[in-house]
Amino acid sequence: MLEIIIRIALLLCSISMLGLIYRVIKGPSTADRVIALDAIGVNLVAITALISIVLSSHAFLEIILLIGILAFIGTVAFAKYLEKGVIIERERNH
Amino acid sequence: MLSIWKRGLLSNVSVIIDFLIGFFILVGSLFCLIATIGVIRLPDVYTRNHAASKAATLGVMSILLGTFLYFYALEGHFNSRLILGIIFLFMTSPISGHLINRAAYNSGVKLWDKSVRDDLKEYNKKIMKKSSVD
Repeated sequence: MLEIIIRIALLLCSISMLGLIYRVIKGPSTADRVIALDAIGVNLVAITALISIVLSSHAFLEIILLIGILAFIGTVAFAKYLEKGVIIERERNH
Repeated sequence: MLSIWKRGLLSNVSVIIDFLIGFFILVGSLFCLIATIGVIRLPDVYTRNHAASKAATLGVMSILLGTFLYFYALEGHFNSRLILGIIFLFMTSPISGHLINRAAYNSGVKLWDKSVRDDLKEYNKKIMKKSSVD
């Protein structure tokens, strides 16, 4: 029973990732695409957890933390680029 | 405790644990699907961000909790990285949603046509007027 539930959950996560890819391709503004890419990263965390249940190994559970950190840093960098035009400022006036 | 479960002396507890794992994982994946439907169908950057940054976060946290329960109860492996992942996701996902929303507003993405209030616009106008008087 648990195996069937995990397969169903993997299917639902894959469908949701396809929908987010649709939003990445079509999204009218850049912020839409960034939001969808961030949500894709979060979905990838879920898929990694489910795959590690399917394979019943706990070797992939570090990857979850890694994907979370990378998605957060990428989103922050994109937000700063959209707002100021640069990611790392060179001149500090204060 | 775990060895007792494995020997099947407390098989009712094992059934309850199975039910909890399945419940958390199924509810989490449904939340992910609902977040995606929101991202596809809502009309605006801000409403889409509202859907994506709340529902997807809760869904993935629930899936990670189910995974943690699976590895702890059925295999006897206490994985602290999953708990760290849950806490990290809970802290950072709303922050990234907020940053993207602010960047979208400041780079001039329009609100939906039928939205009725924009308090930040009037506030910015007031700030600009005050600074020009000074």
